[in-house]
Amino acid sequence: MAVLVVADHDNASLKDNTHKTVTAALALSPDVDVLIAGSGVAAVAAAAAKITGVRKVLTAESEGLGKQIAEDLTACVIPLMAGYDAVMSPATSVGKNFMPRIAALLDVAPISEIIEVVDADTFVRPIYAGNALETVKSSDAKKVITVRATAFKAAEEGGSASVETVASGADAAGTKFVSDEIVKSDRPELAGAKIVVSGGRAMGSAEEFHRVIEPLADRLGAAVGASRAAVDAGYAPNDYQVGQTGKVVAPQLYVAIGISGAIQHLAGMKDSKVIVAINKDADAPIFQVADYGLVGDYKTIVPELMDALSAALK
Amino acid sequence: MKILVPVKRAIDSNVKARVKSDQTGVDLANVKMSMNPFCEIAVEEAVRIKEKGLAEEIVAVSIGPIQAQETIRTSLAMGADRGILIQTDADPEPLEVAKLLKAVALAESPDLILMGKQAIDGDNNAVGQMLSALLGWPQATFASKIELTATSVTVAREVDGGLQTLELALPAVVTADLRLNEPRYASLPNIMKAKKKTIDIKTPDDFGGLGAPHLTVLKVTEPPKRVGGVKLESAGDLVNKLKTEAGVL
Ligand SMILES: Cc1cc2nc3c(=O)[nH]c(=O)nc-3n(C[C@H](O)[C@H](O)[C@H](O)COP(=O)(O)OP(=O)(O)OC[C@H]3O[C@@H](n4cnc5c(N)ncnc54)[C@H](O)[C@@H]3O)c2cc1C
Ligand SMILES: Nc1ncnc2c1ncn2[C@@H]1O[C@H](COP(=O)(O)O)[C@@H](O)[C@H]1O
Repeated sequence: MAVLVVADHDNASLKDNTHKTVTAALALSPDVDVLIAGSGVAAVAAAAAKITGVRKVLTAESEGLGKQIAEDLTACVIPLMAGYDAVMSPATSVGKNFMPRIAALLDVAPISEIIEVVDADTFVRPIYAGNALETVKSSDAKKVITVRATAFKAAEEGGSASVETVASGADAAGTKFVSDEIVKSDRPELAGAKIVVSGGRAMGSAEEFHRVIEPLADRLGAAVGASRAAVDAGYAPNDYQVGQTGKVVAPQLYVAIGISGAIQHLAGMKDSKVIVAINKDADAPIFQVADYGLVGDYKTIVPELMDALSAALK
Repeated sequence: MKILVPVKRAIDSNVKARVKSDQTGVDLANVKMSMNPFCEIAVEEAVRIKEKGLAEEIVAVSIGPIQAQETIRTSLAMGADRGILIQTDADPEPLEVAKLLKAVALAESPDLILMGKQAIDGDNNAVGQMLSALLGWPQATFASKIELTATSVTVAREVDGGLQTLELALPAVVTADLRLNEPRYASLPNIMKAKKKTIDIKTPDDFGGLGAPHLTVLKVTEPPKRVGGVKLESAGDLVNKLKTEAGVL
């Protein structure tokens, strides 16, 4: 059997999610190819060719693929599936967007956000906001699987796979790209960051979120996250949301400040190695998952923490 | 303009799901059930579109047990005009749901299908995309803003890096994200009015039938439990622990 991995990239660089998905794919089969569908992706393809265990890198380019339009990705991948027994992609906003379409057109059941490969037909995935883990066996000849990247180790680099071009497929007829508003940041990306500092409703305003959360994140070299309440209230942009319906993170260190620990938030961060909670309510549910807790007002604790870090990280 | 809104009955979002001790699934006996929150957002958006005079009719459709009538009734109380229940006690997979919804769409010919991005029980995030692919209608998932004209819909989508805006030719499929709107509570008069609206009760066979499952659930288990740790006295203690005990700094 052979597996096609559809890579996560932004046309300029290959994302680590791809390496992690390759690890999941190698658990299914030793024959793993990576598809880079985008525009101007030569450098991305060269990076993918270095992933250890990758047999072949395929590139497909068009304007629509460059914008990762779901219909265009579908049109590109479907004809390739004649040669593969499974297609896998990380459960990013792009993967979630096009992969179910592939499943529908192949008439198979999609398997969303797996966290473990048991065997070539059997997978484990979280359901009910991660409060249950479901082990499912698929009877489909071809599998369509999105992968929760945080659950897999990144494949190493050291390979030198060949790169070949494949057809891009027809352009989407009814879908027109209008614009992207991509937030540029010098901080690490939330999904792959080693440390994440998140702020909640307690911040009370966007100014306070900037004043409190961001300097602490920068001192730690961390990515910034937020609870849904903080995003809904406009304290932080939507792509900061951690949780069941936002991003799932599993950093070495997760610091939750003024976040109560609702099940939907926990779903996105409870696999972090070490969790720190700062909350004035000693009974807040976040303390049930936190390795280290500080009970008190963040307005006094965060400045103390900044000072203690300055002293310790000198 | 006609809008079709698929709505799912699911565990209430305030309830913490418990795994059955025999590992066959999640215990839903005596658990509060509600409309899936993302479906509620979809219904609200449809109603707002109608209130702006841009749509004439909203049809809510649900696939599920007879109790899913309550979910449809909630949609009617929020402002949908009529309902369709495709009654089944099987818990159909997203592929089967998408196929039934395709048949409903072909029978109803809506201009827009507005639905949730994800059901909070199975967390699949799949049906909207599958429905769009099966119908060959354009899709925009994870909508945080929708603008409708007579022939197109412009959708701002929540993506990992920020927002992406697409313009789709109608008919199209749009799935709702959290920030699209805040759903209303139905008023008492509207709840009374909803009792008089019709819900057609159908079977899967009326819409092409239900295929065999493709997935077998071998078991459902509890995730590894995290044990709470210690509460510390000061920020200095914390930094010490993070450095020496946890080794993460
Ligand atoms: C369908 C659905 C999906 C959802 N998806 C997500 C998701 O993906 N991610 C997510 O996060 N949520 C999600 N939620 C929302 C979730 O249920 C909670 O409402 C949300 O996480 C609460 O955010 P919060 O902890 O910031 O706010 P709150 O629950 O209001 O908590 C604020 C906390 O701050 C503390 N606090 C207040 N002042 C101070 C102070 N001065 N110093 C220290 N502590 C202070 C309080 O004690 C409290 O614990 C979802 C909900 C639904 C229904
Ligand atoms: N049984 C169902 N009946 C009606 N609509 C459904 C059903 N299951 C899923 N949907 C729709 O599909 C959306 C996404 O669900 P899912 O792909 O299962 O996470 C939901 O928000 C609903 O709008």
